[in-house]
Amino acid sequence: MTALPAPRLSHARALWLVAVVLTAILWLWGQRLAPFAFDYPKAWQIPAARWIGNAINWLMKEAAIGPLAFSDVTRFIAALIDAPYRVVLSLLSSGLLSGEGSSAVQLWPPLSWVAAVGLFALLGLYAGGLPLALTVTACMAFVAVFGQWQSAMVTLSSIVVAVPIGVAGGLLAGIAAWRLPWLDRALKPVLDLMQTMPVFAYLVPILILFGFGPTAAVVATLIYAMPPMTRLTTLALRRVPAEIHDLGRMVGCTPRQMTWRVLVPASREPLMVGVNQVIMLSLNMVIIASMIGAGGLGFDVLNALRRLDFGAGLEAGLAIVALAIALDRLSQALARRASAPPRQGARHPYLAAALALVAVAWALGLILPAVQTYPEAARLSTSPFWAAAVEWINVTFFDMLEALKNAILTTLLVPVKRFLLSLPWLGVVALLGLAGWRLGGWRLAALTAGLAFLIAATGQWEKAMITVYLCGLSTLFALLIGIPVAIAVANRDRAWTVTRALIDTLQTLPSFVYLMPVVMLFRVGDFTAMIAVVAYAVVAAIRYTVLGLQGVDPRLIEAGRAMGCTDWQILTRIRLRLALPEILLGVNQTIMFALSMLVITALVGTRDLGQEVYIALTKANPGNGLVAGLAIAFIAIIADRLIHAAAMAQREKLGLEGGG
Amino acid sequence: MPRRLFLSGLRPLALSALIACSTTLGAAAQESSDPIRLTLHDWTGQLITTQLMGEVLKKAGYSVEYVQADYLAQFTGLESGDLHLAMEIWETTGRDAMDASLATGNVENLGPNGLQAKEEWWYPAYMKELCPGLPNWEALKDPACAEAFSTAETAPKGRYLGGPVTWGGFDEERVEALDLPFEVIHAGTDAALFAELESAYQRKAPVLLWIYAPHWAPAKYEGEWVEFPTYSAECYTDPAAGVNPDMAYDCGKPFGDIWKVGWAGLKDKWPGAHKAIQAFTIDNAEMGQMITEVDLNGKTVEAVVADWMAANEARWSGWIAR
Repeated sequence: MTALPAPRLSHARALWLVAVVLTAILWLWGQRLAPFAFDYPKAWQIPAARWIGNAINWLMKEAAIGPLAFSDVTRFIAALIDAPYRVVLSLLSSGLLSGEGSSAVQLWPPLSWVAAVGLFALLGLYAGGLPLALTVTACMAFVAVFGQWQSAMVTLSSIVVAVPIGVAGGLLAGIAAWRLPWLDRALKPVLDLMQTMPVFAYLVPILILFGFGPTAAVVATLIYAMPPMTRLTTLALRRVPAEIHDLGRMVGCTPRQMTWRVLVPASREPLMVGVNQVIMLSLNMVIIASMIGAGGLGFDVLNALRRLDFGAGLEAGLAIVALAIALDRLSQALARRASAPPRQGARHPYLAAALALVAVAWALGLILPAVQTYPEAARLSTSPFWAAAVEWINVTFFDMLEALKNAILTTLLVPVKRFLLSLPWLGVVALLGLAGWRLGGWRLAALTAGLAFLIAATGQWEKAMITVYLCGLSTLFALLIGIPVAIAVANRDRAWTVTRALIDTLQTLPSFVYLMPVVMLFRVGDFTAMIAVVAYAVVAAIRYTVLGLQGVDPRLIEAGRAMGCTDWQILTRIRLRLALPEILLGVNQTIMFALSMLVITALVGTRDLGQEVYIALTKANPGNGLVAGLAIAFIAIIADRLIHAAAMAQREKLGLEGGG
Repeated sequence: MPRRLFLSGLRPLALSALIACSTTLGAAAQESSDPIRLTLHDWTGQLITTQLMGEVLKKAGYSVEYVQADYLAQFTGLESGDLHLAMEIWETTGRDAMDASLATGNVENLGPNGLQAKEEWWYPAYMKELCPGLPNWEALKDPACAEAFSTAETAPKGRYLGGPVTWGGFDEERVEALDLPFEVIHAGTDAALFAELESAYQRKAPVLLWIYAPHWAPAKYEGEWVEFPTYSAECYTDPAAGVNPDMAYDCGKPFGDIWKVGWAGLKDKWPGAHKAIQAFTIDNAEMGQMITEVDLNGKTVEAVVADWMAANEARWSGWIAR
């Protein structure tokens, strides 16, 4: 810190002091003098909702490329996605059918559950040996034993189609963004939009363009699940050491070989985190996908919770988790295996075993129906247990929990909310602009102040402030919990395995499953919403911090130790500092995750922008929904850019190289 | 040999198919053999109504497909013809979306399905001890009674848990017009609403909330609806009408029909099905019983629907015959 030039510092401080004092004056006494600074006057509002609504209508009904209507193009894309989906669905769930609907005749049964579990086990054995085979079998057996097989196969079909498209699309976009800096700049806000715009905001246009059904669900899933893959690809390619580039050049790689044979394999670890994220986020969309015709496990969860059957909801939810874990571990192991040197002739025994298994299971299935479909009588159910458990906690601990909740509400949540709501929008816009200017120059200032102004100018200031309060506090809690946990487990293999299973569960278990018991204990409202947001956002904080810490070159840590650093110094001076790019990406993702939960918080009665989006959906008003969705995305972009610029400025001051 | 076996197995099948065809030929003569897509939502009553309709249509020889869809998002699919029939659009909660959709001309209102939606403020029976004047709404004006319904956040006012904002319902207006010392809190979703009721009921704690019927809750929990001044259209529109001469909404919530809504092309593509759908009706008592069977007695929807079909053959064959 001593390296800082003193005069500039005092200058900057003075500037901030003046700005804050001016805002405070406006805040304290401006209400009467300049009421327009508090409530944005209706007459000045930009009718963005109407414009966007009209544009959407035009796109859906009139837009055309030559003789082809835009909706014909999207329907064609839908048909392209639908074809593989039908194939997978008939293989896993419906069987080969002739005809449609209830008059369809089954020509060939689907893969029996015994064969499917067996195939998963074989694949596990092939990719990762006995431990993996056991994990995968346990996951799939769980699904069968709890009677979720049929629904799980429907869900699996859409995931099996969505994930490869998401991974390939994300990878290509990421590579293109790494090659072309202008594309990178253009793509960034688009990715932010894709990840933070609540699905409900663009659900209606998607349904019209892609048709009602599983395909629309796959498209919505892709929009949500692809961005992390793109981000991680770009980040990973940038971090490939210069020596590897040199090596590639020395052996005379063409640009194409350089990308696919050298750089992509060299950045396998972060890329696999990307694949993991695509799988996890796809499964996270299962609930919303089920609302637009995808059916499957998401529908079971919703249906169970409407009956307040927590046990059934939890079982369907955990089946989603089991699928997620099985798919993730398999894909990780396959990738690891693909990069290992191939063993000759090792593949065929597995293929032969798989074919034999399918054939035997099919033949047995003709005689024993229990082999074909899991018998209803052998199904386990934990519903009565969970109902009793929730009741016991409710009756025993409600008063204690209520007191705790009230204490947190009155000392923290309510004051923060009141304070944010009382701020004049003009002052906040000015301060954001100033922060942008100090940290990143005029461009950033124009961006932050401009976006903040747009939120006010479209008449959403109050809801936006509630959103900032809810997501801001939640992000803070998530980081405060997540980063220490990540530091604690990053270099302990067993602890990390357990933590990883835990955060995978948190990320894929539909929040609805634990939200309803939480509502029983804490009533509807901000506190309940915050629990859901923190539980979900903490995943990003942990995952990315661990990724960064594990990527630190062990030689550097040893060098530090040799120089006599204490553990604390190694942590703060070496490990955290070198992991900073990933940690920053983690902060970005924590904010994005928190904002993406607004769809869910709207369902427990908050009054934020997520609720606006939801209301717009119910009133069939895509304009309003998209405007509120954009406001959410703007908040995300402002927060992300300011944090990023602050970190860059900090690194420059510390004399580290810029960039990540 | 295997070939002969295969054929001999096929022959009765073909025969029965032929018989099935000839019996239904009258109804579905020159109609499309494409499946009619019915939407399923996430509450039991709707699953039952839809599957009843589906079974009836199957008996008439139509091919039927069930598609899971969101209550509100489904209108997009109905307009484009991706979906064909929604069996339960509630006057009380779906009116806006339905009207917007009907205005496009691509969707047709196929008439009420016979069920009556009831929505009102509701309290568990044990609350009567603390608030003896109930179910008369004027009892809620008593400060002691309001306090009995209060929580730390709302005290001394009572807490009324309303439905999701999207349901509308004019509860804030009602509280103001009737001068009730209550604060309206909105649950975000149906499930949250009943989770709060379940929680309070287990602890015998105070709760006053929005309940609707047909639903399993009035069957499972013992309680009553608050009796507000009876609803009339003028009460909502004309301030002069009703108890409070200066304000509208000074009465209870409306009763309402539940509508069947379909794709406009349904009429031309499957004329017979169109008639059968229009003829379909069922009443609250039957429905309440079936919902109880499924949600509280643990039967499957399919079994309950099959029982109804067996017991009411005369009724549904009349719908198809028209």
